[in-house]
Amino acid sequence: MSIIEGTVWKFGDNVDTDVMVPGKYLIGDLADIASHVMEGIRPGFADLVSPGDIIVGGKNFGTGSSREMAPRAIQAAGIVAIVAESFARIFFRNCINVGLVPVECPTAIEVEEGQRVRIDTEAGEVVVIDTGATHKAIALPEEIGVILRAGGLEPFLEEQISKGAR
Amino acid sequence: MKMTLAQKIIARAGGRDRVEPDEVLWVDVDLAMTHDSSGPRRIWPGLKKLGVGVWDPERLVIVADHFVPAQDVATATILQTTRDFVETFGISRFHEAEGISHTIVVEKAYVRPGILYVGGDSHSLTAGVLGCLAIGVGSTDMLGIVATGRTWLRVPQTIRVDIGGSIPAGVAAKDLILTIIGDRGMDGGLYRVLEFGGAAISRMSVEERSVLTNMCAEIGAKSGIVPADAITVAYLADRGVEVDEGPSSDPGAEYLDTWAYDASTVVPVVARPHKHDDVIPAADAGDARITRAYIGACTGAKYEDLAMAAEVLRGRTVAAGVLLQVAPASRSTLQRAMADGIAQTLMEAGAHILSTGCGACPGLGSGVLAPGEVCISTTSRNTRGRMGSPDAEVWLGSPYAVAAAAVAGHVVDPRELMTVPA
Repeated sequence: MSIIEGTVWKFGDNVDTDVMVPGKYLIGDLADIASHVMEGIRPGFADLVSPGDIIVGGKNFGTGSSREMAPRAIQAAGIVAIVAESFARIFFRNCINVGLVPVECPTAIEVEEGQRVRIDTEAGEVVVIDTGATHKAIALPEEIGVILRAGGLEPFLEEQISKGAR
Repeated sequence: MKMTLAQKIIARAGGRDRVEPDEVLWVDVDLAMTHDSSGPRRIWPGLKKLGVGVWDPERLVIVADHFVPAQDVATATILQTTRDFVETFGISRFHEAEGISHTIVVEKAYVRPGILYVGGDSHSLTAGVLGCLAIGVGSTDMLGIVATGRTWLRVPQTIRVDIGGSIPAGVAAKDLILTIIGDRGMDGGLYRVLEFGGAAISRMSVEERSVLTNMCAEIGAKSGIVPADAITVAYLADRGVEVDEGPSSDPGAEYLDTWAYDASTVVPVVARPHKHDDVIPAADAGDARITRAYIGACTGAKYEDLAMAAEVLRGRTVAAGVLLQVAPASRSTLQRAMADGIAQTLMEAGAHILSTGCGACPGLGSGVLAPGEVCISTTSRNTRGRMGSPDAEVWLGSPYAVAAAAVAGHVVDPRELMTVPA
């Protein structure tokens, strides 16, 4: 969990949930929704992505609706982490809840598409493997890290409930 | 140490004397709301897997608003799942086809000053109009709340938004919040709470104030809050709820920033297609042609919104080539508008009245847009594809601006059609 390596797909500022997953697809199942992911901004994205890839975005990534299908569809398409200058807050929570790693990195914009990066979530660092360039990231608080390490909120709750905690 | 209202509410909900900005803590939720889209169909499988039920059926409100009326068997099935859930867990505060969730929890006085309210929808912030801390989350967060009554929060910093002066004729709260969003950008309030106050707010109705808290979602805020005052207390008393004003920020509490505005200088504005922070005066829209005028959503189809539209539409008719649609925000909105003739005025002007519900705003219900259509809407978002085809365009404006554009056939300063000085 703490070290993630992958190839970058680059997006800009204010990428919203309506371009990630348009409302008209919300009645379908996850596989169907994932096949349309990012369709509103980069048609065919689902076919381009390889498992283990990483998205790098600009400011306010995931702005818009609370639809959790947005991070779920991105994850189902193969993406394992999203690095962004900043996140829309519900999208950030939804990433954690579905086990997709969100990394806040103020200089994310300098990372280029196609580069391979290594993310260290505990140290708070994003390294571009090709160039060695190192970007500071905001380390996740332990209260949130423990949910991500469990694989998301549902498995975390399962652990809690089985332990008898409320 | 002094605390803001948001800090006080989080501290109480977390069983703490005080909390500091940026710390993360687990809190008890006072009231939760979820709807047909983000609710039962998404969280019931999780509850089954966890082997638990609803933590407190009296603290959970469920509203069917996104898929009403059913458009096909798939949406009918989603609604049936919602009803089955309500029946299974004994949810008494369930409302189907009675209005939009964010309007319902305010109109029915389910939220009260000082409570922590969490809704499974990004516009749940609307409820902050009654002085509660209202936060929107996604469906797995809501699963956690429904299962345990608890969730985690990062304590936000608060920005004080002081609105002096008074709103001029022909200008609405929608113009004010669009102006603020245009100035600050769609991430200008990211992670923050916007706390509204000032002379203009103290004179504003609850419905108009709720346009401000509603659209705090469009500036990235965690919440928008109007500390309860005499207007709040009277609004709740009208609905049979006797409460006092509850907590407020301590004098001298630390705000991240103060944004000061003079409402008297605000003019009718519109957001140009695809970006709600691309805001210009309606008079500068270059007479952009429209094919659709939409009065709908929790943002822009409450009773006072319909009344504003009627003020413009009275004695006029919708331009040829324009379809004006009105989807009232609640059943009681429509009942009031029917009782005092406002609905009749809208229909005489040529409006097509749709069912109450979220409708075309999230691109789900009746009235979605075809490729090439240009709409002006009282709703809150105009991102590409939001209201239907990605090849449609959506302008955002006040009910005055939408009604005026419907009559003119193009975007226009509504004061040109009103007997007010522009």
